[in-house]
Amino acid sequence: MAATTTAPGRHVAGRVLSVLERNVRATRFGPSYWVMVVAGLFEPLFYLFTIGAGIGALINRSVSYAGLSVTYPEYVAPGTLAVSTVSGVFGVSVYSFYNKLRHARVFEVILTSPVGSFEVILGELIWAVARSGLFGALFLGVMAALDLAAPLRLVLAFPAVLLVGTAFGAVGMAITTYVRGWQDFDVVTMVQTGLMLFSGTFFPVTQYPAVVTALVEALPLYHAIELLRGLALGGSGLALCGHVGYLVVMLLAGLSVTRRRMDRHLRA
Amino acid sequence: MEFLVSHPTITVLERHLLLYRRLWRASAFSLFVVPALFLLSMGFGVGSFVPRIGNTDYAMWIVPGLLALLAFQTAVNESTMGIYTDFEWIGAFHVMRHTRVRITDMIVGWLLYVLVVVELATVAFLVVSWAFGVPQPALVVLVAPLVCALLAVSVAAPTTAFAATVRDEGHFHLLNQFGVMPTIMVSGVFFPVGQLPAPVRPLAWISPLWHATEINRAAALDSFTAGPLTLHVAVLLAWAVLGLVWARTAFQRRLAS
Repeated sequence: MAATTTAPGRHVAGRVLSVLERNVRATRFGPSYWVMVVAGLFEPLFYLFTIGAGIGALINRSVSYAGLSVTYPEYVAPGTLAVSTVSGVFGVSVYSFYNKLRHARVFEVILTSPVGSFEVILGELIWAVARSGLFGALFLGVMAALDLAAPLRLVLAFPAVLLVGTAFGAVGMAITTYVRGWQDFDVVTMVQTGLMLFSGTFFPVTQYPAVVTALVEALPLYHAIELLRGLALGGSGLALCGHVGYLVVMLLAGLSVTRRRMDRHLRA
Repeated sequence: MEFLVSHPTITVLERHLLLYRRLWRASAFSLFVVPALFLLSMGFGVGSFVPRIGNTDYAMWIVPGLLALLAFQTAVNESTMGIYTDFEWIGAFHVMRHTRVRITDMIVGWLLYVLVVVELATVAFLVVSWAFGVPQPALVVLVAPLVCALLAVSVAAPTTAFAATVRDEGHFHLLNQFGVMPTIMVSGVFFPVGQLPAPVRPLAWISPLWHATEINRAAALDSFTAGPLTLHVAVLLAWAVLGLVWARTAFQRRLAS
């Protein structure tokens, strides 16, 4: 890393980079950081080995998915990847972001420099996605090693992991601007758990009565899971485009709400 | 009676219950709603793919495990941040040290409080599974609250001891990732231990969660045998006793400084 701090450029990219650089410099890359990285990777593997392998052995028959017949671990792995990507990105864009916004007041200080609020948001989002992208890449590697999908398909899934992280990161920041205190995070955890259990992570949403299926299909995690699963196992192109479209709308809406809320909060 | 009510252990219990009465909303979700969601998702959702285990329906098979899991997680969750904040932020135990409350009162009073919370959650979950149409034999209704109580102490005691030694909250995250989650994985809650790779299987034998799950499941399936039952109870008791001894030492060290 350069010994001198990069001067915030006259261009947007330079200013976003300086927000990123602040995050890199403020992180203590000691042993506890690396233990946390290992722990972050451990979580999805835990789900894969318990639910995937353990219950997969009980099920002992194929699950039909988009006209294909796949084993249960093959079915569960992409769902697990989506869930852990979301929880990884929330760690930064919800919990750390809240701390920087309300307690450490990092953004108030940054905004006294030429860096604007939208550049802060982009910098924070890239920082959040970088970490969850690293976990995602490692997990895809494990899926390839266990022969849970064709390696070429997993390469295609990587950009999708980044899209999922970006979309949920943007919405996560938007939600965080509404959080009033630590107690409100119970609601965030509650919604996260509910989404994980019912969005098709562990079993197809077609199991539900038609009304419930339609309801679940409107929820964001469903689209993240189905995008990754479709890419890993082979789904219809049109459906994949639909999921990408949903996530892009999430990303744009998240960014615009966060920007508006942050401007209002920080000018007040 | 007067003696009992004014006993320092009961005073400590009363203090924790008083706080809980003000703060219960924060934990109500993880105590009452999450277990019901797990039953719906795993028991019925995943269960619809799983053929019967032995001649038992998967939902019926998993409920005794979920009961033990609920007691296990509640005991750990309460005894991590609960003990940590009382030492690190509030200094409640340091204050108690200056009264007639002894270290044993602090630890036993705390464990009694954990028992109250665990029993609330256990009874609520029994009601929920019955409401969802998973029949609960009378034996389970009798046995599960006792087993969950024993499990709660055998898990809360060592966790309390650990929490008393911790000076950095980050350690609880590590406890969760490297202690709690692997324990759940090897304890036969969601699938029989026989499905685990052979080298990992012995881990179940030292896991308190596995022993409690086995007793609960034997009650549900009416398959009690005296030998294993004694062994399960013995291991749970061993965890409880060792945990209490460790907790005493940890409290003494922490309060001496």
